[in-house]
Amino acid sequence: MSIVSLARFQFAMTTIFHFFFVPFSIGTVFVVAIMETLYVRTKDPSYKKMTKFWGNIFMLSFAVGVVTGLIQEFQFGMNWSDYSRFMGDIFGAPLAFEALLSFFIESTFIGLWVFTWDRVKKGLHLFFIWMIVFGTITSALWILTANSFMQHPVGYTIRNGRAEMADFGALISNPQLIFELSHVLMGALLTGATIICGLAAFQLLKKRQLSAENKKIYHKTMRVGLWLMLIFSLGSIGAGDMQMQYLIKEQPMKFAATEAVYKTTKSPAPWTVVGIANPKTHQVNGKIEIPGVLSLLSYHKLSGSVEGMDEVNAQLEKTYGTHIDGHKMSYYVPVNTLFWSFRVMCGFAALMFLVALVGLITTRRGKETLYNHRWMLWVIALMTFSPFLANTSGWLITEFGRVPWTVYGLFTIQQSVSPNVSVASLLTSNIIYFVLFASLAAILVALIVRFLRNDPVEWDAAQADKKATDPFAKGAF
Amino acid sequence: MSFLQILWFILIGVLFSGFFFLDGFDYGVGMAVGTLAHNEGERAQIIQTIGPVWDGNEVWLITAGGAMFASFPYWYATLFSGYYLILLFILVGLILRGVSFEFRAKSPDEKKPIWERIMAVTSFLVPFLFGVMFISMIKGMPIDAAGNMHAHFFDYFNWFSIVGGIALALLTYLHGLNYITLKTKGPVSERAQNYAHFFYWVLYLGEVIFALLLLFQTDFLAVHPIATLLCLVLIVGFSVWAHAATFANKQGHAFTASGLTLVSLVALIFCGLFPRVMISSISSKFDLLIQSASSSNYTLIVMTIATVILVPCVLAYTIWAYWIFRKRIAMPRIGVTD
Repeated sequence: MSIVSLARFQFAMTTIFHFFFVPFSIGTVFVVAIMETLYVRTKDPSYKKMTKFWGNIFMLSFAVGVVTGLIQEFQFGMNWSDYSRFMGDIFGAPLAFEALLSFFIESTFIGLWVFTWDRVKKGLHLFFIWMIVFGTITSALWILTANSFMQHPVGYTIRNGRAEMADFGALISNPQLIFELSHVLMGALLTGATIICGLAAFQLLKKRQLSAENKKIYHKTMRVGLWLMLIFSLGSIGAGDMQMQYLIKEQPMKFAATEAVYKTTKSPAPWTVVGIANPKTHQVNGKIEIPGVLSLLSYHKLSGSVEGMDEVNAQLEKTYGTHIDGHKMSYYVPVNTLFWSFRVMCGFAALMFLVALVGLITTRRGKETLYNHRWMLWVIALMTFSPFLANTSGWLITEFGRVPWTVYGLFTIQQSVSPNVSVASLLTSNIIYFVLFASLAAILVALIVRFLRNDPVEWDAAQADKKATDPFAKGAF
Repeated sequence: MSFLQILWFILIGVLFSGFFFLDGFDYGVGMAVGTLAHNEGERAQIIQTIGPVWDGNEVWLITAGGAMFASFPYWYATLFSGYYLILLFILVGLILRGVSFEFRAKSPDEKKPIWERIMAVTSFLVPFLFGVMFISMIKGMPIDAAGNMHAHFFDYFNWFSIVGGIALALLTYLHGLNYITLKTKGPVSERAQNYAHFFYWVLYLGEVIFALLLLFQTDFLAVHPIATLLCLVLIVGFSVWAHAATFANKQGHAFTASGLTLVSLVALIFCGLFPRVMISSISSKFDLLIQSASSSNYTLIVMTIATVILVPCVLAYTIWAYWIFRKRIAMPRIGVTD
């Protein structure tokens, strides 16, 4: 095991785990904010119970998201010190802004939001949660500014052997950022809507003896959630499509790999639905093709060929050479990972859209078709897991698609790793993180399941009873 | 060295000061959960003093780390890769501590003590390891010509760094006790005050040993004699002020003074380092300097503009949040509405 492979494994593991919770918390807090907005506007107390109840799920996801984010910040220095030296001038600023603009807002206003129910005016309390939403969204903006630079460097000069920032405006108007941010945000909001719908469906499934009021709350949750699911699944698909159009031009290797195209296709290009690519022979085995569809997907018309990986590789070799810093370069990316991740991502996005549509039709104007068929509720309940698969697949495409670079065209993975960290240290940290993540995930799931034994009405009443133990109950306002 | 470079060196120091002043009492409160409380109700009362604010306080660390990455990438790279295992355990501590608040709140009563114990242990571990890290850093670490640190166990852990770690943990503990005294009423508040009376005597001993080690093990006295002595005087002076204030029952003073003790310690470290950011024990030629470790002028300008705009806002709403949660916390009485 080399330090590079261990450091890469660690980056993959920590990022994937962290990114389970990022869209989870961005999405759920948005849905909860919508619920509280509905409460403030309609004054319907069932919306308030909904808000408080689902707010707890957000709080749990946020706690794990924050602490796993700490690892992200530290590991650039710990595992990738040469990368930090090369990129610090550009990478550090967005990271610092993220802390200054987003993390302070999130953490302060979460404290305010959780501990001031019924103690401040409704409008002010609503303001608190929208500030949290603002914090989570700007947080995505800053971290993706850094990531976009790695995918598509802009506004820099190379001086003293490192990338120096030359134009901050170019950094935040990076076209890569615009596509990436809209896709990630839509995906995150879709995640929140889907999870809350799914959990509400589980509640309706498990609890046969629900009181009318609880049932009403879950039904309302479903309606709000399904609407958001529909809107954001459409948004995700649209944003994803736009990002793809951009990739065809900017990162043709990544795009060709998601379609497993080795040789530049004829026009119109056939679309490989499934298949297993063989990176040695450059053949795709067992493939099922539909003529013309790849052109349609890529260019939205029935003509146009798609550049193959072999041609792209030849161009990249011409541009960057076959050796960088003494290492032999291969510009091929892990094709099967990208090919299948792409299908998982798109498949689940389409599925979420369909489920939301059917769910809305079967619950329109107070109809209860959805709630009367257990299998339909099961479908929605199981959707809870789909955004995690879709989001992870999306990031696998993004990050594996820029192999062998950490900063596209400028700096390689080989060059980035910390030269002074030992294999033993990396192995230790990998094992510790793995055990830690597995435990955190298990505990989190157990706590969510445990919390969901409650129902909003009784839970809210129990909280109200415990006011005496609340530090801010007495005379704080 | 340009003006901006010096400014950012100071700002990094300010961010770490903010971190130790604010998150410092969170660690102390965390340790007090394990040492000061006598029963579940008191533990809940103690945890509630920081419930709404600890998360915001920890952001000071994240900001300090991010700002260091942005303004001194070479410092960040050398420090973080060089202190690999120490930072790993700091991270483990921060992670477990961070989830313990939320997980405790959502756990059934019989499992709450597990999270309280984790909270107490990690609240000690984090400042202790930070102390070890910063104190061994000012002693000098084996940094080579390429700026990479190749250290062994005894470079990290020696008498000096261990005394530094314990002293820092004790300082945060005292800071936490002062905060609890200020924020609670009832037996917990009085006990915290009594504990503080005692532990300040221990701290004086620690400070004397620390000062002696500092004078013999670092070059601080040779490089910056006046600043070093001034900072040492401030550290002891603020400790005495805090101690006297606990006797005089001036709780706000005690809390402010213990916070300023921590700030003086950060000031001591940063003054002593200047104009270096990391000291090489191999050769002074390999020291990392403010001048060569920093980002480009352009990045520093961008960062300065953002900081000038954002920091006043952050301070404003942080103070506002503390003001909203300004009341003292009584011992919770379950089932009693008052």
